[in-house]
Amino acid sequence: MGRYVLRRLLQLIPVFFGTTLLIYALVWAVPGDPFAGKCGERACPPDYIQFMTEKYHLDDPWPLQYLYYMGHLLTGDFGQTFGGRDIGEIIAQAYPNTLKLALVGLAIEAVIGLTAGILTGLRRNGFLDNLVLVSTLFLLAIPTFVSGFLLQFILGTQFKIINPTVSSEVPFHELIVPGFVLASISMAYVARLTRTSIAENSRSDYVRTAVAKGLPQRRVVGVHLFRNSLIPVLTFLGTDLGSLMGGAIITEGIFNINGIGREAYRAITTKESATVVGIVVVLVLVYLLMNLLVDLLYAALDPRIRYE
Amino acid sequence: MRVSKRASAVAAIAAVALVAAGCGGGDDSEENSGNADKTANGAITIDGTQPANPLLPSNTSETGGGDVLDWLWTGLINYPPGGGDPVNAVAESIDSTDAQTYTIKIKKGIKFHDGTEVQAKNFVDAWNFTANSANGQQQASFFSDIEGYADVHAEDPDGEEGPQKAPAPKAQTMSGLAVVDPYTFTVKLAAANSIFPVKLGYSAYYPMPDSFFAASNKDEWGKKPIGNGAVKFVSWTDNVEIKLTRFDDYTLDDKVKIKDVTVKLYQEDTAAYADLLANNLDFQQQVPSSSLAGEKWKADLGNRAMTVDIPVQQLIAFPIYDKRYQNKDLRRAVSLAINREEIASKIFFNTRKPSTSWAAPGTPGATGFDCTTCKYDPEGAKAALQAAGGFQGEMVLYYNADASHKDWMEAAAASIASTLGIQVRAEGMPTFAVFRQNIDGQKMTGPYRAGWQADYPNGENWLGPLYVTGGGSNDGKYSNPQVDALYQEGSRLADEKAAEAKFAEAIKIVDAEVPSIPVVSVTQQSGVSNRVTGVKTNWVGSIDLSTVELV
Amino acid sequence: MSDPTSGSLVTTPPPEQPGVVGDTAPVGAGLPETKRDQPRGLLGDAWYDLRRKPLFWISAGLIALFVVMAAFPFFFTSGSPNDPVGTGLSRSLEGPSGDAWFGTDILGRDIFARTIYGARASIIVAVAATLGTVLLGASVGVLAGFRGGWVDALLSRIADVFFGIPFVLGAIVILFTFNPEGAGSNEWKIMGLVILALCLLSWPVAMRIMRSSILAAKNADYVVAARALGASNSRIIFKHLIPNCLAPVLVYATILIGAYIGAEATLSFLGVGLQSPVVSWGVMISDSQQYIRVAPYWLLFPSAFLVTAVLSFVMLGEAVREALDPKLR
Repeated sequence: MGRYVLRRLLQLIPVFFGTTLLIYALVWAVPGDPFAGKCGERACPPDYIQFMTEKYHLDDPWPLQYLYYMGHLLTGDFGQTFGGRDIGEIIAQAYPNTLKLALVGLAIEAVIGLTAGILTGLRRNGFLDNLVLVSTLFLLAIPTFVSGFLLQFILGTQFKIINPTVSSEVPFHELIVPGFVLASISMAYVARLTRTSIAENSRSDYVRTAVAKGLPQRRVVGVHLFRNSLIPVLTFLGTDLGSLMGGAIITEGIFNINGIGREAYRAITTKESATVVGIVVVLVLVYLLMNLLVDLLYAALDPRIRYE
Repeated sequence: MRVSKRASAVAAIAAVALVAAGCGGGDDSEENSGNADKTANGAITIDGTQPANPLLPSNTSETGGGDVLDWLWTGLINYPPGGGDPVNAVAESIDSTDAQTYTIKIKKGIKFHDGTEVQAKNFVDAWNFTANSANGQQQASFFSDIEGYADVHAEDPDGEEGPQKAPAPKAQTMSGLAVVDPYTFTVKLAAANSIFPVKLGYSAYYPMPDSFFAASNKDEWGKKPIGNGAVKFVSWTDNVEIKLTRFDDYTLDDKVKIKDVTVKLYQEDTAAYADLLANNLDFQQQVPSSSLAGEKWKADLGNRAMTVDIPVQQLIAFPIYDKRYQNKDLRRAVSLAINREEIASKIFFNTRKPSTSWAAPGTPGATGFDCTTCKYDPEGAKAALQAAGGFQGEMVLYYNADASHKDWMEAAAASIASTLGIQVRAEGMPTFAVFRQNIDGQKMTGPYRAGWQADYPNGENWLGPLYVTGGGSNDGKYSNPQVDALYQEGSRLADEKAAEAKFAEAIKIVDAEVPSIPVVSVTQQSGVSNRVTGVKTNWVGSIDLSTVELV
Repeated sequence: MSDPTSGSLVTTPPPEQPGVVGDTAPVGAGLPETKRDQPRGLLGDAWYDLRRKPLFWISAGLIALFVVMAAFPFFFTSGSPNDPVGTGLSRSLEGPSGDAWFGTDILGRDIFARTIYGARASIIVAVAATLGTVLLGASVGVLAGFRGGWVDALLSRIADVFFGIPFVLGAIVILFTFNPEGAGSNEWKIMGLVILALCLLSWPVAMRIMRSSILAAKNADYVVAARALGASNSRIIFKHLIPNCLAPVLVYATILIGAYIGAEATLSFLGVGLQSPVVSWGVMISDSQQYIRVAPYWLLFPSAFLVTAVLSFVMLGEAVREALDPKLR
C-alpha cells in the first residue's frame, strides 16, 4: 500500500512538468501584445513597453522563460503579475474561495445526482425516470451564464430569498445557489451514470442471491446494490472536483466571488504566463491528488480490488 | 426550503446590523437633505473594478485605478460636473502672458495624508519622475509639451522590437520646470500652448509626497498610496475591496461629509446591479446593459435612477493607411448611411444620443464643432458613393468582443449595407488587447469602433489627439497639413476665443473629410441606494464623494 | 484487477459475468425471423432489437428532422437568418407574431429563421466534436488497456496532462492562440477550431472509461476462449472487446453532445467561440443573455430546440446501447 502510494506520487512529477510546459507554451503563443491594451484608447509609450519587457524577461525565448519560471517556482516563488502583485498571494487568497465553491457544487451534484440516479435506476422508464432525464438534460444544455443570471435575478432580486452576490468572507450558505449553478452541468451525468450502474448491478448475481436469501428490500438496495454501484460514480465525482474548480470562471463572475477564474481569464488575455501557469499548477495538483484518493477509496469499497 | 429560509434570515440580520451601525443619532429625517449626525459617522459602499496596477498617478490609465486616484488626490484645478471651465483647486493662480511660460502658485497649508505640506517641489519632482523614460511610466507623454522633455525621454534607437536597449536619458529633469519658492513654480513649454493649463486637473499632473521619492520600491508604495485629496487610503484587498476614509485635515472646499467609503470591486456589472437593487450598494456608476433593455432600470430603481451626461462619444474610425479608405467621398457615404436615430432608440433604448457634433455635447470651446455628416441621408450617401466610384469587395467593421459593442456595430453594418447596397458585416476581435494591437500596428483592414472620453473639458481635446498628424490617438493616421497648421496656430494663441475659432476652422476641414464617424454620444445611467441622498457625479461620471449624505 | 488505475469512470462488468456474455456472437436462438443458415452478428441482433422500440423510432425521427434542417434550412423557412424582417431596426425586439413566429431579436431578425439555420452549426459542432472525442479517446483507451505495461503508463500520463488542464481555460487558450483574428471570415475554420478545442480537452475522459472497461473485460472468459481458439489481436479487439465495452462510452457520448452544445454557447459568450455571421443555437443563446428580461422568447426558442436535439441524441444512445449490450438481453 505504502509503495503503491509512493509510486503514484512519483508519477505525478512528469505529469506536473508536462502540464506546466504545455500551458506555458500555449499562453506564450496567445496572440496579442501584453501591453497593447493597457493604455486605453491610445498606444502605450514605447519606453513603458520596453521597461516592462525587460522587467519580465519577455525578450528571451520561451523555453528559457519556462526554465527561469520553474526555477523560481520550485523555491516557492510564484512570481509577479504585470501589475506588480505577488501571484503566490493572489492564489492564496483566491484558491480557498474557488475550492469552497467547487466543494459545495460537488456536494449538490452528488446529492441530487445520486438520488435521481438511484430512484430512476430502480424504476426505469417510468414517469419519474423521464422527468429526471428531461430536467437534468435541460440543466446540462442551458449554459451557466444563463442559469446563473436567471437564478440570481429571480431568487436574489425578485424574491429576495438569497443575497444576490456572495460577500467577501464567502460563507458556505451563500454558496448554495452558485454551487448549484456550477454543478448543473455535471448533474445530468451523475444521474445517468448512477442509473446505468444501478440498473446493471440490479441484475447481478449477488443481488439476486441477496433477494433470494430473503433480505429486506432496503438492505439489498442500501448495502449490496448501492455500495457496488457507487464505484464508477465516485470516480467521476473525484475527477470532477478539478473540472468544477477550473470551470468556475463564469459562476464566480455572476455572483462576484473572489476566485481564481477572474485572475486566470485576465492573465490569459494579457499573456501573463506566470499567473496562468501558477493557477493551473495548483488545479492540476488538486486533480491528481483527487485521482489518487479515489483509487485508494476503491479498495475500501470493493473487496475485489487490492493494491500491493 | 429550509436552506432558503436560513439564507433570508441571515440577510435580514445583516440588514439590521447595517442600520444599527449607521445609526448615530435619531431616525427622524424625512426631508431631502441628509441626516448630519448619521452622515458624519456613516459609511457607504460604491462599485469599482480591480485596479490593473499599483495606485500611482504616473502609471494608471484605466478607470478602475483612475477613479480611486481621483478620490485620493486633488489636482491643481478641478473640472466642474456637466462641462464648463475648470476652477482652481490646489492652485492659487495659473498665469501666463505668452501662453508659453506659466507661473503656478499653490495654496498654502494643503497637506498630504501623512501630514507633510504640498509644495511646489512635490509637483515638479512628480512630473520629472513620470516623464523620465528610465522609469517606464505609462503617462509620460502628458509632459511632452514641456521644454526639455526630449532630454529625459530617450527613444529606443531601433524600435521596441530591436535588439538594442534604449539609452539612458541625457538629463534627469526637464529644463522647463523650475521651483521659484516653496509655493511657486514655473513651467516653460517647448512652444506656446493656450490649452496647457486646462490639462492640469488630469491625474498625471498630481503632486507626489516626499515618501514616494524616498521609497525604493514604487510599486509597494502604490499599494498604500498617500495623496492630498478629501479621503485617504485605508486598505486594499485585491479583487475584494478598497477602503477609504475621510481626511479630516483637508482644507479645500470639496470636503466629504461621510466618514468611510468602501469601494467594492466587481468582476461583472450585473453582480453590482443586483447588489444595488438589494440596497447592498450605495452607488453604481453605470448600470449593466441588460437592465437598459426596455428601460427596465428605470422601473427597477424608480427615483433612485440617475442620468448623467459624460464627455464620451462612440465613433467608427477609418484606417486611412488602407488604400480603400483614402477616398473622402467613400468615408462620407458611409457616415451618411448610418441611421443614428434608429441605433440610439432601438439598440441603446435612448440611453445614448445621436451624435451631432465632433465633440461631446456641452464641451467648452466646441461650439463650432458641428458634424454635418452625422445625419442619416440615404440619397446623399448613394450620391457620395457614386462620386467615390463605388466600393469593391466586402467592408468589415471591427470591434472588441469583450465589451457590449456587438449589437450597435452590427446595426451600423446593416444600415450601411442596406443604404449603399454594398457588402458590409461586423466582426469581433476576442479582446481589447488584440484589438488595440491591430490598431497600434496599423493592421486594421476595415473601419473600427473607437470610443473617446475627454481627458480634460476643452474642444481641443476632441481635435488635437484625434485628427492632427502625430496625435496620440490619431490611430487611423489621418493627416491634413491645413488641419495641422490651423491647430498649431490655435494652440499658440494666448486668447482662448481666438484659439477656439481656429480649432473650429480645423474641424470644418475634418468634417468635410470624415476621418472618423461620430455615431452616438453617451449618457451614463447610474443608481443609488435608498440610504443616501444628494449624490452627484463629477464631470466624467464617477461619484463626487463630497455630495454624499446619508438619510 | 491488480492494476489500481483500472477503476474508472464507468461501470466495469463484474468478473462473474452472467453466462450469456460468454456467447460471443449470440445466435438469437428461438427468435422467429432468424435465418438458421446465416447467424446474425452482434450488429444484426442489435438492429433486430432496435426495430421494435418506439423510443428508437421517435428519437431517430427527430434526429433525421434536425439533420434535414441542418442540410436544407430553406425547406423550413422562407426567412433569412441575417437580414431583418422589416426595414432597418423597425421591427427590433417584437414578440412572436404571424410572420415572425418566434419573434424578432434586437436587430429585427426573425428568430424562427435563425433557429432553423442555427441547427447546422450547432449539430455539426456537437456531433463532430463528440465523434472526435470518442474516437480519439476510445482508441487510445483500447490501446492502453489492451497493451498495458509502459504503453499504458505513457498514454495514461499524457491523458493526465490534458485532463489536468481545466476546460474553460484550455479552450480559451487554444481558441485565442490559433484564431488571432477573432471571428474571421471563414466559418469553417472557427467551427473546426471549436471542435478541435473540445476534442483535445475532453478525450482523456473517454480514454479512461474505455481503458477501464477493456481492463475489466480482457481477462473475461470469452476473451480467453477466443484467444485459445487462436483469434488474432485485432479480431479480439474488434469482435469481442469493443462491442462489449462500448456501453459506458456510449452513455458518456450521448450526454457529451448536450454538454458540447452548451459549451459552444459558453465559448461564444466568452468571445472566443462561433460569432456572427455564423448562426448557431449557442450564439443565439449567448446574444439573448442581455435581453432575457425584455425578450425571453429570444432565449426560449433556441433553447427548446437545443434541449429537444440533446434529448433525441440521448434517447437514441440509450436505445442503441440497450440493443448492443448483450447483458441486457
